[in-house]
Amino acid sequence: MKAAVFDYSRAESLDEVLAILSDAGGEARIIAGGQSLVAMMAMRLARPEILIDINHVEALAGIGTTSAVVTIRACTRQAAAEKSVVIAADIPLLAAALPHVGHIQTRNRGTIGGSLAHGDPTAEILLTAMALRAEVVLASTHGIRNLQIADFGLGPMQTAAADDECLTEIRFPIPPLGLSIGTVVDEISPKAGDYAVVGVAVEVGLDDAGICRHLRLAASGASPVPVSANPVEAALLGSTLGSADVAGAARLLDPLLDPESDVQASAAYRRRVAVGMLARAIELARDRALDRSQNQTKGDLT
Amino acid sequence: MPTVSMTVNGKPVSGEVEARTLLVQFLRDQLRLTGTHVGCDTSQCGACVVHVDGESAKSCTMLALQVDGAAITTIEGLANGETLHPMQEAFRNNHGLQCGFCTPGMVMSAIDLVKKNPKASETEIREWLEGNICRCTGYHNIVKSIQEAAGNMGG
Repeated sequence: MKAAVFDYSRAESLDEVLAILSDAGGEARIIAGGQSLVAMMAMRLARPEILIDINHVEALAGIGTTSAVVTIRACTRQAAAEKSVVIAADIPLLAAALPHVGHIQTRNRGTIGGSLAHGDPTAEILLTAMALRAEVVLASTHGIRNLQIADFGLGPMQTAAADDECLTEIRFPIPPLGLSIGTVVDEISPKAGDYAVVGVAVEVGLDDAGICRHLRLAASGASPVPVSANPVEAALLGSTLGSADVAGAARLLDPLLDPESDVQASAAYRRRVAVGMLARAIELARDRALDRSQNQTKGDLT
Repeated sequence: MPTVSMTVNGKPVSGEVEARTLLVQFLRDQLRLTGTHVGCDTSQCGACVVHVDGESAKSCTMLALQVDGAAITTIEGLANGETLHPMQEAFRNNHGLQCGFCTPGMVMSAIDLVKKNPKASETEIREWLEGNICRCTGYHNIVKSIQEAAGNMGG
């Protein structure tokens, strides 16, 4: 036995989850897929007194969509999201990010909400949520509140969720219609499936003339939580994303970064790589968007 | 202590466990099914992969209580008497194992792959095995084994 002793409770409803959280006075943790939490408990980096298993709460799993937003309930498995046709069509950036998350055996158990609630600063789902300005919904016995993802992720392994709150769903905005969309999620890591040292997520939307009308950018690994690159987006909207413009604009990411040195990489390296990778990823996403629009045009003609 | 019940390799089993008992500990220590190995203990290496309701998962990163009511398949559940599963047979034919420590996890992951993607390319097989580490570095023959088995499993 490696984990410290705890009480285990299998919840059947959200009300039950919230009631246990409320009674536990901060000593309870929720377990979904457990792909980070069980290892942390084994290393005694986490020692909850009560573990609330939400895997059997039906209301916490599933994917829904409206015209503007895709809602992913927190306990939806990463592997299910990876296979979802809704996500492939409407949140292409998340579809591009998911294959980078752990490996298939961990994605079969790990959940979308679990990854966000865990708050790993280099997690690809958090990176994507930050790029797309997703919104999270938190529930407690006091009620429900919605938070922008930028207000949810506070620091490494730190979120704005209170001890008695349960993350119930994540809302991802759908890219605007009528644009050709290209996405890239890129990262460097010591080995495949390992934690990323630096990561970037890019979603580009081009109009028929090849002008960038939609741009969503974020970088991780060079700040306590991933940052969305608003100034870079603002500088490039309305351009054709030419190489010189992209290289210049990507440098506007630099002042947003606050990297720390660790055993894997120095702060200076993380800073340089984040800016360089962002520029490269924007160009690749632009090329993918151009390819898509050309293929669509060919399809229209035949 | 809580009681956990599940189906393991087609047989119903149950036992009393502490809440902190991992699935792999229940399989190895209580059921004495020691074919499922513990390598890294932190979901990196894949030696502990079993099938939970048909999906490959790492049994070192799941609590036994979490799979109450589920159907588990371990490496011991693959062969039909003396007849090896086609994946096991292919690993034998292609020298797909050296020291053998990673083999149970490799075989269980590979069966899940072939089930989901019967015509997987070599690249797809290598990507799928990201979560299975062979310290003998015998990947070349592992990939060959899976390619042969995919053909024999009707892929």
